[in-house]
Amino acid sequence: MDNLLSITTFIPAIAAAILALFLRGDDEAAQRNAKWLAMAATVMTFVVSLFILTGFDANDTGFQFVEDRDWIMGFNYKMGVDGISVLFVMLTTFLMPLVIASCWTVTTRVKEYMIAFLLLETLMLGVFMALDMVLFYLFFEAGLIPMFLIIGIWGGKDRIYASFKFFLYTFLGSVLMLVAMVGMYAAAGTTDIPTLMTFDFGTDGFSLFGMQIVGGAQTLLWLAFFASFAVKMPMWPVHTWLPDAHVQAPTAGSVVLAAILLKMGGYGFLRFSLPMFPVGSEVMAPLVLWLSAIAIVYTSLVALVQKDMKKLIAYSSVAHMGFVTMGIFTFNQQGLDGAIFQMLSHGFISGALFLCVGVIYDRMHTREIDAYGGLVNRMPAYALIFMFFTMANVGLPGTSGFVGEFLTLLAVFQVNTWVAVVATTGVIFSAAYALWLYRRVVMGDLIKESLKSITDMTPRERLIFAPLVAMTLLLGVYPSLVTDLIGPSVAVLVDQVETAQAAYEAATQMAQN
Amino acid sequence: MEQIILFAPLVGAVLGGFGWKVMGEAAAQWLTTGLLFLAAILSWVVLLTFDPAAHENGYYTAEIFRFIQSGTLDTSWAIRVDRLTAIMLVVITSVSALVHLYSFGYMAHDENFPKTPYKARFFAYLSFFTFAMLMLVTADNLLQLFFGWEGVGVASYLLIGFYYKKPSANAAAIKAFVVNRVGDFGFLLGIFAIYLTFDSIQFADIFAAVPEISGDTMTFLWRDWSTVEVIAVLLFIGAMGKSAQLFLHTWLPDAMEGPTPVSALIHAATMVTAGVFLVCRMSPIMEFAPHATDFIVFLGATTAFVAATIGLVQNDIKRVIAYSTMSQLGYMFVAAGLGAYSVAMFHLFTHAFFKAMLFLGAGSVIHGMHHEQDMRNYGGLRHKLPKTFWAMMIGTLAITGVGIPLLYVGFPVGFAGFVSKDAIIESAYAGTAGGYAFWMLVIAALFTSFYSWRLMFLTFYGTPRGDKHTHEHAHESPAIMLAPLAILAVGAIFAGMVFYKPFFGNAKYVGQYFGVPYAEQGHDAGEAATDHAEGADTADVVIDAEDLADGDGTAEDAVVQGEDHSTAATHYAFDGAPGEGAIYVAHDNTTLDDAHEVPIWVKLAPFIAMLLGFGTAYVFYIRKPDLPRTLATHQAPVYNFLLNKWYFDELYDVVFVRPAKRLGKFLWRRGDGAVIDGTINGVAMGIIPTLTRFAGRAQSGYVFTYAFAMVIGIVVILTYFSITGGYE
Repeated sequence: MDNLLSITTFIPAIAAAILALFLRGDDEAAQRNAKWLAMAATVMTFVVSLFILTGFDANDTGFQFVEDRDWIMGFNYKMGVDGISVLFVMLTTFLMPLVIASCWTVTTRVKEYMIAFLLLETLMLGVFMALDMVLFYLFFEAGLIPMFLIIGIWGGKDRIYASFKFFLYTFLGSVLMLVAMVGMYAAAGTTDIPTLMTFDFGTDGFSLFGMQIVGGAQTLLWLAFFASFAVKMPMWPVHTWLPDAHVQAPTAGSVVLAAILLKMGGYGFLRFSLPMFPVGSEVMAPLVLWLSAIAIVYTSLVALVQKDMKKLIAYSSVAHMGFVTMGIFTFNQQGLDGAIFQMLSHGFISGALFLCVGVIYDRMHTREIDAYGGLVNRMPAYALIFMFFTMANVGLPGTSGFVGEFLTLLAVFQVNTWVAVVATTGVIFSAAYALWLYRRVVMGDLIKESLKSITDMTPRERLIFAPLVAMTLLLGVYPSLVTDLIGPSVAVLVDQVETAQAAYEAATQMAQN
Repeated sequence: MEQIILFAPLVGAVLGGFGWKVMGEAAAQWLTTGLLFLAAILSWVVLLTFDPAAHENGYYTAEIFRFIQSGTLDTSWAIRVDRLTAIMLVVITSVSALVHLYSFGYMAHDENFPKTPYKARFFAYLSFFTFAMLMLVTADNLLQLFFGWEGVGVASYLLIGFYYKKPSANAAAIKAFVVNRVGDFGFLLGIFAIYLTFDSIQFADIFAAVPEISGDTMTFLWRDWSTVEVIAVLLFIGAMGKSAQLFLHTWLPDAMEGPTPVSALIHAATMVTAGVFLVCRMSPIMEFAPHATDFIVFLGATTAFVAATIGLVQNDIKRVIAYSTMSQLGYMFVAAGLGAYSVAMFHLFTHAFFKAMLFLGAGSVIHGMHHEQDMRNYGGLRHKLPKTFWAMMIGTLAITGVGIPLLYVGFPVGFAGFVSKDAIIESAYAGTAGGYAFWMLVIAALFTSFYSWRLMFLTFYGTPRGDKHTHEHAHESPAIMLAPLAILAVGAIFAGMVFYKPFFGNAKYVGQYFGVPYAEQGHDAGEAATDHAEGADTADVVIDAEDLADGDGTAEDAVVQGEDHSTAATHYAFDGAPGEGAIYVAHDNTTLDDAHEVPIWVKLAPFIAMLLGFGTAYVFYIRKPDLPRTLATHQAPVYNFLLNKWYFDELYDVVFVRPAKRLGKFLWRRGDGAVIDGTINGVAMGIIPTLTRFAGRAQSGYVFTYAFAMVIGIVVILTYFSITGGYE
């Protein structure tokens, strides 16, 4: 299986092509076929990706399953996974069948909807596997298009505003990244990511427009990448596109956005910023730590006063991503382990929470918190599931939500106690807004006339949640499943970053003396 | 066996909670209850057979499987059994089993759920709570302890909000969880600081390394502090939340919204004592942090006092008992803060029995009175509920501390609360040289007696008040509710006397019981009041616990009996290193020993306070029932201040809750809306008109097709090259 990664990546794309080319008509049968084909393709992708997982050797910290082929214009088509990326691949393939299952009730332009999601899956998988900078950029940017369309076509009332906001923010960030990539190619003469990871980008400080640039070229390159990744995360204060995008996106779109697309920023930090610009990272780390801490408190407070369920969960996502960026820029094992863990866990939990909103949105066609209340009386199963994921979102030990939060906070305490104290207040706020939401939607007596005939979850809906519950619990109770896989690769990265930073510090000391 | 104790409740919770539709509600109830009784019996076996001398450092550990591992952070799910754990196991499983049983009766009919089944859910929650609490006390590292800590928090949240239709119950549930999270905030930071300092969060590693780092400082926020002090204070903030100590106590009274069995189990006997357990568990750290422990003593004493004052005027029967719980927890913290950990555990142990009993008794009254909880509508109920009356009487005698002062027959003679509370008050006198904590506790004892008797008189004496119909239909509770009361009564009467020596004997007995090494401190015949700090230096004889276990027990009994007569007393002091045994008491900490040497008036003080409280309550509520109202009108400011619980809720609302919401709104509207979006949209102003035109067309489908053609084109190219590009 020399091209296992390519096969995994392109199964959905091929299915999309089949749909586009051969499926005609928009009647019920055609819609059903489109859904089933998409389902089959995503399930198949997941099954194939299991071979990646089983064949993956955690103790080999290099890239595995590497495919390297000549491609256009002298660039290479190079794919591979290591401990840092392999679980993101798994997260994507695991979630996509659930996403497809969640759009079973969609009836408008079903074929195109399925095509969009299938292409999106291919592009997302490509991002996590690409080992060539150009290839990465292509996947990274192309992924915007299907998402943009999903929001813009199948979205809510203000979908146009939201989709353009989404597109503009993320695209403008990426332009800077492209410039940086050109610069890197000029400096290193290659677009090969593993080579770039060991390349020494200049760290000599210089003066630019009268500003002293500490860390030199690395800092500038770091900033250019930061512009793109920070928007994708999203970090405060460039997060405002996310709540709008979530609110307008259809349920399945929100799930993909929160569960997978947001992880690209974090993955980018780990794949590019840290290994390629360790000194730039060190110079800018205080900024990132503080932005993260602010994000956690700020967005939690904002979440507290939201009236729209999806907006609340979107703000909560920003807070949770704050833990990720904070963990990454502690440069220690717990921080990086925690950040990766938090991203995976957030994939399950936020995905499930958006699905929870979807369940009642499908029934009542409103996301207003005030339109609900007392659902537990008619929807006990729903109440249970929603409770579970609310608690997971709050970071209850025993659920996966706890592990990432705990590790990143533990890590940052070792670096900066101020940031740690500010960020740890997040555990109070998250409890407040999450339980407040739950109370207003689920608890209480069922008084509203419109809700009197609401029905509990269907078997299909329960089936979607079951794997998410299982994963959230499993990783919460036995997190070694993840940390064993990512640990060795993370250790190598931590070591590499530390060595580079120590060398830089030694050099600056010498220069001063 | 430990595994069975630990997992039986979990099995019950899962099977009962999810399987009741299959097996039926009754079966689910019996299953959970049966498993809990099994766990309780095994727990007693563990407590009675556990011999700390048989294990290295007085504990043993059974690992289950790995938990979080990352770099040098290495934690596992494990069961650590030492004396502290064994005591907690018994407290938790016994009370839980009895509460399960009691709930058969109490929860039999509930007008809150006319049609919905609720019993299996209730029992599953109770069992889940028990499991989480057991995880907490069996942890061998701080992470698992935190798991249990949060687990009980969730169970508490679920059970307080059990009547989910009641807005007040939902509000109380959230309040409990969030206020506890404030404590957890400190607790988490404490764990982080410990990891930073010790590079481990295993108890064994931490304890062993404490002496080495005891002089170190760490930078925390704006300055350098003593490392141990920082850790101790942060951990105690966690304990404050869980154990409802002052400033983080506001959730506990509101938690009474939950069904009464829940109040008995969680908010009296077990969960709220977790903070005390934490301080005792972390005794090796506490012993090196004198300022932190001073703070614990101060706050504990203040809490005991404040809670007792509020308890004086509350009218809801459950709230009176809730404030009483908060007050008693303050007592425990005073003892723990003074380094008399065994005494704190003693009161925790006895309190579990009599407080659970008071709550269950109150539940029986509420049950009999058709869910009327206002004592102003009670009166004369002893004829209607005679058995409940006697149960409550025993509970009251225990909590107010009724006993025969100064009589000593190898142990003091009195109800459980008498023995353990007096032990704390004497320790407080010895540990603070008759200072603030001692006087606060004595005054609190007076108030305790007053409000406890007030409760009894208002409920069971006098003439029936309130709704006549309710009184006519008031009925005694069924046997299944009275049986747990009877069993708890045994504990409330005898627990203090039976367990006096291992908890509050001299350092030798306590040391043996907790597996802590101890040493003889020279024979100071006739000089009972020797300066112990001096004596401590001469202590060099380490007596092997095993030798004593099998030989000279009787001879030693005689010595201890003689201690009150202060003749030929042999003094002992703890002599272990941190980590040896379940608790650690610094060698020069002689509070426990000194507590036996306090003046006679100190020993009498709580008894006199108790009599005064009783007398006042008798006058107020039996002899001159008009007096309270007159007093309330004449002293309206004081009365309202107490009735409104020192206005803590109002204060917090103004200081924390509203500003948080206002700030949230401000950040959302101004920050996100005006500043961030405003700036970025402003920059994009030039582009947006073009975009909107473009957007208009997006709906028409042209752009859609176009974009797809583009994407598919890319995909086709990619696929083409991946297939034909071949290998190099």
